[in-house]
Amino acid sequence: MAYLLSLKQNIASFFMEIGEMSFFSLRFFKELFTKPFEFKELLNQCYVMGNKSLFLVGVTGLILGIVFTLQTRPTLMDFGAVAWMPSMISISIVREIGPVIIALICAGRIGSSIGAEIGSMRVTEQIDAMEVSGTNPFKYLVVTRILAATLMLPLLVIFGDFIALIGSAIVENMKGSVSFVLYFNQVFEALTFSDIFPATIKTFFFGFAIGLVGCFKGYTSKKGTAGVGKASNSAVVYTSMLLFIIDFIAVFVTDIFV
Amino acid sequence: MDLANKIMNSKSNKEVLLVKDLFKGFGDNKVLNGFNLSLFEGENLVLMGKSGSGKSVLIKCLVGLMPPDSGSVELLGQDISKLNHSEMNDLRTNVGFLFQGSALYDSMTVRENLEFPLRRHSKKLTEEETDTLVMEALENVGLTHTVDWMPEELSGGMQRRIALARALILKPKIIFYDEPTTGLDPITAKEIILLILKIQEKFKTSSLIITHDVDCARVISNRMLLLLDGINYAEGTFTELSSSNDPKIKAFFK
Repeated sequence: MAYLLSLKQNIASFFMEIGEMSFFSLRFFKELFTKPFEFKELLNQCYVMGNKSLFLVGVTGLILGIVFTLQTRPTLMDFGAVAWMPSMISISIVREIGPVIIALICAGRIGSSIGAEIGSMRVTEQIDAMEVSGTNPFKYLVVTRILAATLMLPLLVIFGDFIALIGSAIVENMKGSVSFVLYFNQVFEALTFSDIFPATIKTFFFGFAIGLVGCFKGYTSKKGTAGVGKASNSAVVYTSMLLFIIDFIAVFVTDIFV
Repeated sequence: MDLANKIMNSKSNKEVLLVKDLFKGFGDNKVLNGFNLSLFEGENLVLMGKSGSGKSVLIKCLVGLMPPDSGSVELLGQDISKLNHSEMNDLRTNVGFLFQGSALYDSMTVRENLEFPLRRHSKKLTEEETDTLVMEALENVGLTHTVDWMPEELSGGMQRRIALARALILKPKIIFYDEPTTGLDPITAKEIILLILKIQEKFKTSSLIITHDVDCARVISNRMLLLLDGINYAEGTFTELSSSNDPKIKAFFK
C-alpha cells in the first residue's frame, strides 16, 4: 500500500513538473519577443557554449568516426561491400549518430553547467539581487542561455559530424588505402538534402531542450547547495531522456514526409 | 552615537515607505499577521526579530521579490501591487538592497558587479563616466584597490562593503539592509556599522535595517520595531525598548 501511495505521489509530481516546465517554456517565448533584448549576454553565452565546447565535441567526433569505421569494416569486408563504407558511415553519422551523441555530450557539458550556475545564483540570492537592481533575471539569464544553446548546438553538431568523417577517412586511408579526396567524393555523393536537412532541424530542438531543462532546473532549485547538485544532475538526466524522445518524434515525422 | 543623533535630527516627517496590514504565510505557517510599518525620509529604522520570525520574508515583500497574501506596501508613494514589471523596475532604481550573504555576482569582477546596475539604468553614460562612478563608489567603502578582484578573492567583510557600494551606485533614496553584520567578526561588524552611518550621513538616504544584533541596533537606530508573532509588537527608541519591563521585549536585549 505504501509503495502504491509513493508511486502515485511520484507520478503526480512528475506531471506537475512537466506542467511547470511547460509554463516556463511559454514564459521563454513571451520574454523572447519583448524588449529589452540582451544581445551582449546572448553573444557571451554563444561564446561560452560554442567555443568552449569545440574541443570536447571535436575529440568525441574524431573518436566516434574512428571507432565506428573500425567496428564496421570487418563486417562489410565479409560481404565484399567495403566500397560502401564512406556512404554508410556518412549517412549514419549525419542522420543519427552524430546529432544524438554530440547532443548527449552537450547535455553533460552545457546542460549541467547551466543548471549548476543558475542554481547557485538562486541559492546565493544573486538572482534576487539582479531583480532588485531592476533587471529581469529571466530575460538576462534564462532567455539568453536557451537561445544560445538552440543556436550553438546545430553548429557544434555540424562541426562534430565533419570531424567524425575525418576520423573515418583516416581509418579508411590507413586500412584500405582510400585517399581523402576519394573518400569525401563518395561521402558527398551519398548525402542528399533529405539526409542533412531533417538532421539539422532536429538539432535546434536538441539545443532548445538542453537550454530549457538546464535553466528550468537551475532557476527553480531550492534547498541550498544540495539543491544545486540536484539541479545540475537532474538537468543532465532529464535532458538525455528528452533528447531521445525528440529524436524519436523527429525520425517519425521525417519518415512520413521524406 | 553622535553620527546617529545627527542623522536623527536631519529626518523629516515624510513617509518613504508605508506598510499596512501585511499578511504572508507558507501553508499553515503564518509568518506575517497584519504587520504595519512606516519609514520616514532620512531615518534609520531598525527592525529586530528572532531568527525565523519572518524578517527576511518581510523585506522581500517590501521590494516585490515575494508577493504578500494581503495588505499594502507603498514605496516612495507608489503602491507596489499596482505596478507592472517595467514600472517596478523603474521604482527599484531608487531602492538599494544589501543582502545577508552579499549576493555579489560571482562570475563578474568587482568592477563588473558595480557596473552592472549602471549599464542597465544609465545607458547614456560614457566609459569614462562609468569608471568614475565605480571608483567613487569603491572610495566610499574604502576598497578602490579591489576593483579588478573576483568576489571569491574578497573576505566576508570586504564582500559586504562591495555589496554596499553596489547598492549605493545608483544613489537610491531608500536602502534595505538584511542582517548587515551577520557572520562577521565583531571588529568587521563595527566597521560595517560605522560605514552604514557614514553613508547615511553623506547620501541622506532612508534606511530599514533588519538585524538581531543588539550592538548594531544600539549604534545605528533612530527608531526600532520589534517583530514578534508576525506583528510589530513594540516600537520606540533603543533606550525606550531596552529599558522596557515586558519580558518578551527584554528577551531581545539579553
